[in-house]
Amino acid sequence: MVESRRWLIWLTHGILLLGVAVVAFPIYVTFVASTHSLQDVVQSPMPVLPGGELVANYLQALAEGLGEGAGTQSIGAGRMMLNSLVMALGIAFGKIAISIIAAFAIVYFRFPFRMAAFWLIFFTLMLPVEVRILPTYQVVADLGMLDSYAGLTIPLIASATATFMFRQVFLAVPDELTEAARIDGAGPLRFFWDVLLPLSRTNIAALFVILFIYGWNQYLWPLLITTDQSLLTIVIGINRMLEVGDDQAEWQIVMATTMLAMIPPILVVVAMQKLFVKGLVETEK
Amino acid sequence: MEKRVVFKHPVLPYLLLAPQIVITLVFFIWPAMQAMKQSLMVEDAFGLSSEFVWFDNFVVLFEDPLYLESLWITAVFSVSVAALALSGALYLAVQADRVINGALVYRTLLIWPYAIAPAVAGVLWLLLFNPTLGVLPYLMRGIGLDWNHHVNGDQAMALVVIAAAWKQLPYNFLFFLAGMQAIPRSLIEAAAIDGAGPMRRFWTVVFPLLTPTTFFLLVINVVYAFFDTFGIIHAVTSGGPAGATNILVYKVFNDGFIGLDLGGSAAQSVVLMGIVITLTVIQFRYIERKVHY
Amino acid sequence: MAKVSLRSVRKSYGATKVIHGVDCEIADGEFLVVVGPSGCGKSTLLRMVAGLESITEGEIAIGERVVNALEPAERDIAMVFQNYALYPHMSVFDNMAYGLKIRRLSKDEIRRRVEEAAGILELGALLDRKPRQLSGGQRQRVAMGRAIVREPSVFLFDEPLSNLDAKLRVQMRVEIKRLQERLGITSLYVTHDQVEAMTLGHRLLVLSEGVVEQLGAPIELYEKPATRFVAGFIGSPSMNFLETKLTDDGRHVVLPGGDTLALDGAAAAANGTSPGRPVTLGIRPEHLEIVEESRASAHLTVELVEQLGADSLIHGRLGDESGPAMTVRLQGIHAPGSGESLPLLAMPAHIHLFDPESGVRV
Repeated sequence: MVESRRWLIWLTHGILLLGVAVVAFPIYVTFVASTHSLQDVVQSPMPVLPGGELVANYLQALAEGLGEGAGTQSIGAGRMMLNSLVMALGIAFGKIAISIIAAFAIVYFRFPFRMAAFWLIFFTLMLPVEVRILPTYQVVADLGMLDSYAGLTIPLIASATATFMFRQVFLAVPDELTEAARIDGAGPLRFFWDVLLPLSRTNIAALFVILFIYGWNQYLWPLLITTDQSLLTIVIGINRMLEVGDDQAEWQIVMATTMLAMIPPILVVVAMQKLFVKGLVETEK
Repeated sequence: MEKRVVFKHPVLPYLLLAPQIVITLVFFIWPAMQAMKQSLMVEDAFGLSSEFVWFDNFVVLFEDPLYLESLWITAVFSVSVAALALSGALYLAVQADRVINGALVYRTLLIWPYAIAPAVAGVLWLLLFNPTLGVLPYLMRGIGLDWNHHVNGDQAMALVVIAAAWKQLPYNFLFFLAGMQAIPRSLIEAAAIDGAGPMRRFWTVVFPLLTPTTFFLLVINVVYAFFDTFGIIHAVTSGGPAGATNILVYKVFNDGFIGLDLGGSAAQSVVLMGIVITLTVIQFRYIERKVHY
Repeated sequence: MAKVSLRSVRKSYGATKVIHGVDCEIADGEFLVVVGPSGCGKSTLLRMVAGLESITEGEIAIGERVVNALEPAERDIAMVFQNYALYPHMSVFDNMAYGLKIRRLSKDEIRRRVEEAAGILELGALLDRKPRQLSGGQRQRVAMGRAIVREPSVFLFDEPLSNLDAKLRVQMRVEIKRLQERLGITSLYVTHDQVEAMTLGHRLLVLSEGVVEQLGAPIELYEKPATRFVAGFIGSPSMNFLETKLTDDGRHVVLPGGDTLALDGAAAAANGTSPGRPVTLGIRPEHLEIVEESRASAHLTVELVEQLGADSLIHGRLGDESGPAMTVRLQGIHAPGSGESLPLLAMPAHIHLFDPESGVRV
């Protein structure tokens, strides 16, 4: 900045730290709540410092989490996290795989109905799950994919955004490279595997970070198609744990589970911040 | 933009496109067409027969005070979320842009709420605002304010707006900061030499140059508030109390999935499709994108 | 190794004709340079030989084999691209080895060939580097190495030096020439730079707007340009041209201001049949001399002098200031003042005459 008065710099840092504190505050309270017994949590006001029940609460959350209901078995947050992981990885890999080969076909081949395919993929941008809830549910039900990992992932892996991103990446690859590969005797698949894929590595990684979070955080779709308790993802699981009617929710367990639900995506974003930022920017191009 | 160099193969491109196209047709296009068809039909009470009724469902929809109310609620919700998330992010980005060495550190410290699922974000704020055990209602009672979003519709709306804006703030911050850092230093310095103070520089130089970023983020935030906040509403208020937070996507879910009103829900879907298409067109027509078709 | 034959080769994109029929035989081991201004179709011609562009009409044969329908990889060629087209994610070794791996050569054989090529090109220490860690000249060498290891019957070069700076360009030019002589592989080289063309090629093919202007040895093109285009294109600074006509006896041309200029025997004999016809006279700057007044056939009014050290370029007008522009190249250092009038002599043996309509040499 042009001004360099000392107090101004300190004021700026103060404002930023306050912003960070406001952003972090809900997480802190959640963490505190997850380290106390239920009695401590429900007293008013809630404790402001962490308590001593951390290990006990998290172990209980991981093992039991959501208790037995009418005709359903209990499921621990551990299992829910596994379900979320399967869904997140399935969606991330699935989207990347089918998008990158679709983009390859559209960029590197000329064939009848090419533009039709392009526009068909474009339309998916305009049809989020939210606007076609019932009929999509109907299709998945007719295909017998309710309450299955396939049903959780496959309907979500069509992606215009990822296809367009790879299209941009491929268009930026110099034509001479393709010609050099042709002279070297590489056919289309070999060129894809040996040249395009390695050249797209960082884009794939960036997209993977974005899609992993997208998959992990899915809400409406798993809510619709899973009734089997053993397939609950952790985000849905938290919601089920709060649906206790007139009973007191087990806040300390819910909050421990909430922490568990947040940790993997937050870790991914913080650890791979550079890729994450790149992914955000590139998918918006 | 097209490639000059292409491969020739009679079937390979079709095979490569097949997975994407099949999934798109089965899970996107076909359901969307079903929704359009159903929006023009009425089913009898037992679901045994259906009748083609032209646009009756839409007429009923737009005469339904509950739907009109939901439209209004959605508008209030979206504008509030966008305003809060954009202004907060812009303010913090301006501050972060000032600290020359620390901007990236603050980015790391502010970015991670974006990784949290909307529904989980809702649960975090639900705990903070819980009328009996939450910290904030306790403090508010101290100044004579009685908080209970289970009863008070305005408070429920405030709660979901705060939760939704909190989650979107890092995204906006990221783009505002990047936008500001792309402005050449020399421009700011030239303004300073011209005698403009920090406030004046911001409003006459920085903010005008950020207009494309702001407009882009505005569209993204509205799309987010319209469609991605379902989890927050479902987890925090379930549209209540008394429909005070019943935004369109929650209503279409509730009427269709819980209420099983096929025609009405389909008509709502079609209206939503219209909204998405409009927003997408705005995004592509009026925002300079690097995608060329 | 093999000869390359182009027989009435034509290329059009839709209705636009780019190559209007090229006939050319490149002998085994010959270095042929295709030269012409940008957009003349020279790269297209090369890419047709490579198999990167389809052949609209005509036939291309490598050795005895017509290759029109063959894939680039099946043509037994290797190509060096203008921007090198190295695979950015592969090491220097892998860049050179890639084509051999696809051809399923044994690991040992691949290693042997790559190391041999690296030895020739002095790339031995760089084999593990990635292209982005190399300088422009080193990348250029890797691109050549990739061509060498294939042991092809034909090398194709597509303006391989145009991305290098001037000094490196001269150095690499010499290296390419030496390499081609050492390996003796038939080479087709495309460039827009006539100096490069003159120094590298055994023979030159001058292309303009898809038409072959002339095919011949560099000195032949310089001494006996077949068309006005070739005359202007080859040689630097370019040949001076003058629109004029023959005198009635056919042994002189008319100069501005009414003076006449005698032609030497050969030119006069060839043109004696058509006295008075209009012609374009061409003379290179190095074939003009400043002489004592008595021997002068014309005068140059000096406008500007460029001192190059070894020689001087004098730009001026023939006759007075309104005359046609003319450049004279003199050996050594000369510094006539602006506006000075210099007595000029054109060496009669180096006067070229072209038909003003067709541009063909007469």
